[in-house]
Amino acid sequence: MEDDENQGGEIKKFLYVNRRQPHGTVYALESLETVLIGAAFDQDVSMLFIDDGVYQLKKEQSPDVMEFKNFSKTYKALEMYDVEKVFVERESLEERGLGVDDLLIDVEVIASADVKALVDQNDVILSF
Amino acid sequence: MKLAVLVNEGPYQHQASDSAFQFVTAALAAGHDVMRVFFYHDGVNNGTRLTTPPQDDRHIQKRWTSLATDNKVDLVLCVAACQRRGLVDDGEAKRNAKDATNIAEGFRISGLGQLVEAAVEADRLVTFGD
Repeated sequence: MEDDENQGGEIKKFLYVNRRQPHGTVYALESLETVLIGAAFDQDVSMLFIDDGVYQLKKEQSPDVMEFKNFSKTYKALEMYDVEKVFVERESLEERGLGVDDLLIDVEVIASADVKALVDQNDVILSF
Repeated sequence: MKLAVLVNEGPYQHQASDSAFQFVTAALAAGHDVMRVFFYHDGVNNGTRLTTPPQDDRHIQKRWTSLATDNKVDLVLCVAACQRRGLVDDGEAKRNAKDATNIAEGFRISGLGQLVEAAVEADRLVTFGD
């Protein structure tokens, strides 16, 4: 019966947790691709940037000098995909000497102590 | 319980696919329904039939293939991850003009939508990777 509900268009709360620097490994790029594809499923999507993941949102990236694709501009398009809930952990920013002015998009800064509650509020956690 | 599994790491390099395999085997033995195993990032390398591990080691790809044929588990490789890493089936070979295929029996190549769909439909999505 639960299956029937799902097929009838159940909406789940998805939280994408981005923990890694944008380059060096492919996780950040392939996480972003999941978010964009997932947007077609009309789910309730949030993103959390934590640890080195906060660097994904950093302004003025120049990965092209290393011949890496500069996908940082894509974060600005998230709003068009109805991804409007973007959280960044305060401590991760502070430890790296970053502030919200260093970031490409508007975000909601949350304390480390609130991350657990955010995770608990969501049904599906995809952590990259 | 209806389960979906996500494997984010390649075979041999990382324990993730071993742990995922053991988890799926145990879940099936306990009577759970494993609706899909989705392979992403280097995880798609689990699906090449060209691996030849030493004879005294486990054969990770063959274990997955047996799981698919014996228990009808849906093994899906992410198409975008496959294209980057050279995992090819007949359709991809034709589409991208490649002269060979290497996908193993029991696996299929499809889109990331299959991951999101599995997360929506399953009671739990269990991720294996760092």
